[in-house]
Amino acid sequence: MTTTPVDSGRGFAALAGTDRVAGQLYTDPDIFEQELEKIFYRTWIWVAHESEIPEAGSFKTATIGRQPVIVNRDRKGNFNVLLNRCRHRGASVCEVPRGKANGFTCPYHSWSYSLEGQLRGIPYPEGYEGVVEKKEMPLERLRVESYAGMVFASFNQEIEPLEDFLGDAKIWIDRFMKQGAGYPVKAQGEHKFRFDGNWKIQLENTTDGYHFPIVHRSWMASVDAETADMLSFMTDENAVTHALGNGHSVAIMVPEHVDLEEDDGTEDLQERFGHIIEELSQTMPPEQVRRIVRSMHGAGFNLNLFPNVAMSMSFFRVLRPISVNETEIQHIALGLDGGPESVNRERLRIHEHFQGPFGFGTPDDSEAWDRVQRGAYANKDMPILVNRGLGRERTTEEGWKTSHVTDESGMREAYGQWKKMMGND
Amino acid sequence: MTSQSATTELDATTEHGTVPGLELQLGRLTDPRVARAIELIWHEATLLDAKKYEDWERLWTAEGKYVIPIDPDTEDFEAHLNMVYDDARMRRMRVTRLVEGYSMSAVAAARTARTVSRFTVEELAGESVTVRSAQVLVGFKREKHILLAADLTHRVRFTEEGALIDLKVVRLVNSDGAVTASGFLL
Repeated sequence: MTTTPVDSGRGFAALAGTDRVAGQLYTDPDIFEQELEKIFYRTWIWVAHESEIPEAGSFKTATIGRQPVIVNRDRKGNFNVLLNRCRHRGASVCEVPRGKANGFTCPYHSWSYSLEGQLRGIPYPEGYEGVVEKKEMPLERLRVESYAGMVFASFNQEIEPLEDFLGDAKIWIDRFMKQGAGYPVKAQGEHKFRFDGNWKIQLENTTDGYHFPIVHRSWMASVDAETADMLSFMTDENAVTHALGNGHSVAIMVPEHVDLEEDDGTEDLQERFGHIIEELSQTMPPEQVRRIVRSMHGAGFNLNLFPNVAMSMSFFRVLRPISVNETEIQHIALGLDGGPESVNRERLRIHEHFQGPFGFGTPDDSEAWDRVQRGAYANKDMPILVNRGLGRERTTEEGWKTSHVTDESGMREAYGQWKKMMGND
Repeated sequence: MTSQSATTELDATTEHGTVPGLELQLGRLTDPRVARAIELIWHEATLLDAKKYEDWERLWTAEGKYVIPIDPDTEDFEAHLNMVYDDARMRRMRVTRLVEGYSMSAVAAARTARTVSRFTVEELAGESVTVRSAQVLVGFKREKHILLAADLTHRVRFTEEGALIDLKVVRLVNSDGAVTASGFLL
């Protein structure tokens, strides 16, 4: 087993070893500032799912690092991500979380911009004759690309294509979307909360199978035996985590639901969905009913995309770093666009049961993360361990470092990318 | 004439169209059924601050719904994502979770003190009363205060077992913003 000692004497990148990281990574405000510059303002950041901005003129506001942006769909169907900042005196031009618009008008002096960001109008323009050319003053546009409905933006105009950045994660995004069971996946509401801890504590957690039966014991005790059994992966050797490159990883909790199109017919549908099965069976063939009901809990894995989004079984987890010791999390519930209403409602109830500030799962996660942050201030020379499973890690034929889902291969992958990006000038 | 103008002054919202529950409608707070409902609501608040969740669970009708919505405007809770959308079964599981000792957030929950006031009567029917109010909750946990403000709606039903909560909707002022996970109930 190889270990890399944490060296706190050189640049910040050196604070992450391959199997451990310095506690300072959670607590040092200078590191946080550099993370914004070297990670959040340099790489691809998830900003929306296409279903959140379904029509021409649909928009939502978002934040990348500390910078407010507007994400919209224009009349040509293109996605635009614009800095939410008027070119005149800097006011935000939109403070509505989501909606439809023809453009955006600054409330301060009514400079108005198109969905593509062009400056269309300046009131009393004679004062700007020979001073301001409208075509030189658009809202700043970020680079935007999407894959399978996942919209990403970057401040870095020279960045590699999104598909290259996602790499092997694309296979898993495609598999994740199969939970639509023939329908497109849509966002159908979100929980939002903050915890008093560093963003990387949440980043790690999505690929942490080890905590599940401990932190979520009260949730496990409250669900039906079949659901609890489905998530009993602690000793299931098919439940593995793959490191996918570029900081991405996938943690497989329910191996039989990795590819929801594959169904050997041996799995019994959960009794808790009896009323749904009965209803759907009146209008749908049994294979389609089976496909929808097997997908009810989402895909059988958490796909962690570095640095800010996870596609987590049946929802998206989006993190937003607020400060070195505060992070905002969104849990976006997913449904079937155009699918049966009863299925979408059942999925909302499943989401509410675990997620959100009053769910049976989220408050306990949040408490654990708060505790990590508090503890991390103790002895900054004592490293955080992410070495679980190092001794049993192997490489698959795809080239993915792989160990058990309770191991920390996904965290090591994320810290590898962190180290690489923080080492860049 | 005099009494009419006095009513207009005190009950101005009706001048611009009635907003249910917002008009004070003087005199209704002293109706014995309303007084009994308010007594129940204050009793409920006391139990929640004391974290007597098993006693709290007994305040509900079997059909009672407990809702903390996210969408500030919706009445169709079934079709939307909520923070809490509990029927009796979910309430039972929620109480178990809070008291059984396996939930680390419940074990470490903030101490809370809540004030419920600004009562108005939305509906006064034979067997039930619907009362609106404002709640200000202050909590404290690990060096930090928590402040949560909400509009409450309680529908209280008078049954053979006494006055019971048939519907409680907690509309947090920040329901569509970030709400801190906190290990207690509203």
